[in-house]
Amino acid sequence: MTITLEPRRTAPVVETRARRLPSTLRHGAALARRGITKTVHSPEALIDVTLQPVIFLLLFVYVFGGAIAGGSGDYLQYALPGVLLQTVVFASAGTGTGLADDLKTGIFDRFRSLPISRAAPLIGAIGADLVRYVTSGVVMLMFGLVLGYRTGAGVLGVLGAFGLVVAFAFGLCWVFTALAMVVREPRTVQGLSAVIMLPLTFASSVFVPTTTMPGWLQGFVAVNPVSRTADAVRALLDGTPAGAASAVSLLVSAVVVAVFAPLAVALYRRRT
Amino acid sequence: MRDAPSIEVDDLVRTFGDGRAVDGIAFEAHPGQVLGLLGPNGSGKTTTVRMLATLLPPSAGRARVLGHDVVADAAAVRGRIGLTGQYAAVDEALSGRDNLFLIGRLLDLTRRDARARADELVEQFGLVEAAGRRVRTYSGGMRRRLDLAASLVGRPDVLFLDEPTTGLDPRHRNEVWETVRGLAELGVCVLLTTQYLEEADQLAHDLVVLDRGRVIASGTAAELKSRAGGRRLHVRPEAPGEAALVAAIVASDTGVEPTVEPSGEVVVATPDAGALRRVEERLAVAGIAVAEIGLRLPSLDDVFLSLTGEATESASEPTRGAA
Repeated sequence: MTITLEPRRTAPVVETRARRLPSTLRHGAALARRGITKTVHSPEALIDVTLQPVIFLLLFVYVFGGAIAGGSGDYLQYALPGVLLQTVVFASAGTGTGLADDLKTGIFDRFRSLPISRAAPLIGAIGADLVRYVTSGVVMLMFGLVLGYRTGAGVLGVLGAFGLVVAFAFGLCWVFTALAMVVREPRTVQGLSAVIMLPLTFASSVFVPTTTMPGWLQGFVAVNPVSRTADAVRALLDGTPAGAASAVSLLVSAVVVAVFAPLAVALYRRRT
Repeated sequence: MRDAPSIEVDDLVRTFGDGRAVDGIAFEAHPGQVLGLLGPNGSGKTTTVRMLATLLPPSAGRARVLGHDVVADAAAVRGRIGLTGQYAAVDEALSGRDNLFLIGRLLDLTRRDARARADELVEQFGLVEAAGRRVRTYSGGMRRRLDLAASLVGRPDVLFLDEPTTGLDPRHRNEVWETVRGLAELGVCVLLTTQYLEEADQLAHDLVVLDRGRVIASGTAAELKSRAGGRRLHVRPEAPGEAALVAAIVASDTGVEPTVEPSGEVVVATPDAGALRRVEERLAVAGIAVAEIGLRLPSLDDVFLSLTGEATESASEPTRGAA
């Protein structure tokens, strides 16, 4: 190893400076790109966003479909919007695990010793994950179309459904970010995320109509925001009126962001 | 000294709960200087570095890096420092080159410049072949080198190295040492923490010795060594059983009762340079075969022992595992 580092006494840090976006966003974008590169380069992360939704859809449609709806075709029509939501909700838990991982390895120390905004690493992580959510959603929808799913909505309806799903996942990812800042150990974050998400997604109208559930469970399902969002996404994709459910879903997402984003940021600041 | 100090630490304190990890320390470091922060685990070395690198706010006191206060003017400090911590702070899922590229981008280099700088560093640190591979596949030594390269992307004026060679094999350790020397020659101020006395001896121009959050000594390695007592005469006979005989000869020549180590080595502190020759002759006359004889300066281990009354970790433990 021969080191021939050229002397520098007075010159500024860099030769040429890139100036397009405000620095926080620019640095956040560079870090988001890191997150995306990471996903693309790591098979397990790639499987999470591509293969997992496909497997979920196949399992639900062909294993449960006949029993629940009397036929896989009808069930696909009912379940796809819900499974779409569930996939993206599961993906949002990865945000917490990823951040806990970063904090553990010390790479955040490196970021923080750089002249970048303290929020940039957080923005980067969540930015990259939004791309992940959308990707897995698109994979799911495309595969559903291959299996015979037919949407009754136009482009706007589909975009609206995606918007609701991503908004919901965006809200949840702050919950998992806050969790990651408190719990710290990536494995624990992952375990706790599953404990939160499984009841939220299954005790809902995602997979089945709620009429056969016991009364107490129906009570939970009725207030479970995942149900309301699933109903709204289903209605949007079917092209049926979705106004009320959409409004409730968006309101919930907004409240979750309003509560958990500041909390996560405060915990993150204290932690780092 | 000729230049304005790169690092000024004044009565710096950091508490954690009731404990005082750093308890009112002060020192200075200048451009081109390698300052060694020496001490056992828990002596406050890492806490000090984290405060200077703006990662941890001090509880009291003041620290300035390149004239900028580490609290009030943290942003200005961050633009001109490099930090290599105890854990390789690189992204395992990215390639080595992508790691360096990312740091370049975060330092506001254009894509082209960030790429060029990454290529340059990859070459300088002997990572060309591995540059495209994910860091997960790197050996510990390669990770450390990449980590060091990452802290140099912005051509820092002050470099913080927190136990940079922990866990490295001797060859890679020497490479890191060469790099540090090269940087100091270019005028970079290097603050190096280590618990290896040999490393401090090899690299640092000046040493600050910490113990329980306080500075217990400072100066050049030679100054510290002379403080621990001057030269020592060491004699080790071929047959350990003859140590007592050797000790008697040494005692009668120097007038001081020597210590006899378990290995049979006889040691005595003596200012008299002629003692070596005379003892050697008398041993030859007495027919005692000598395995080793010589005058030595005390090691930094001796220094630490005499300062704290306790052996350092590296002196008391035969293996130097990762901290």
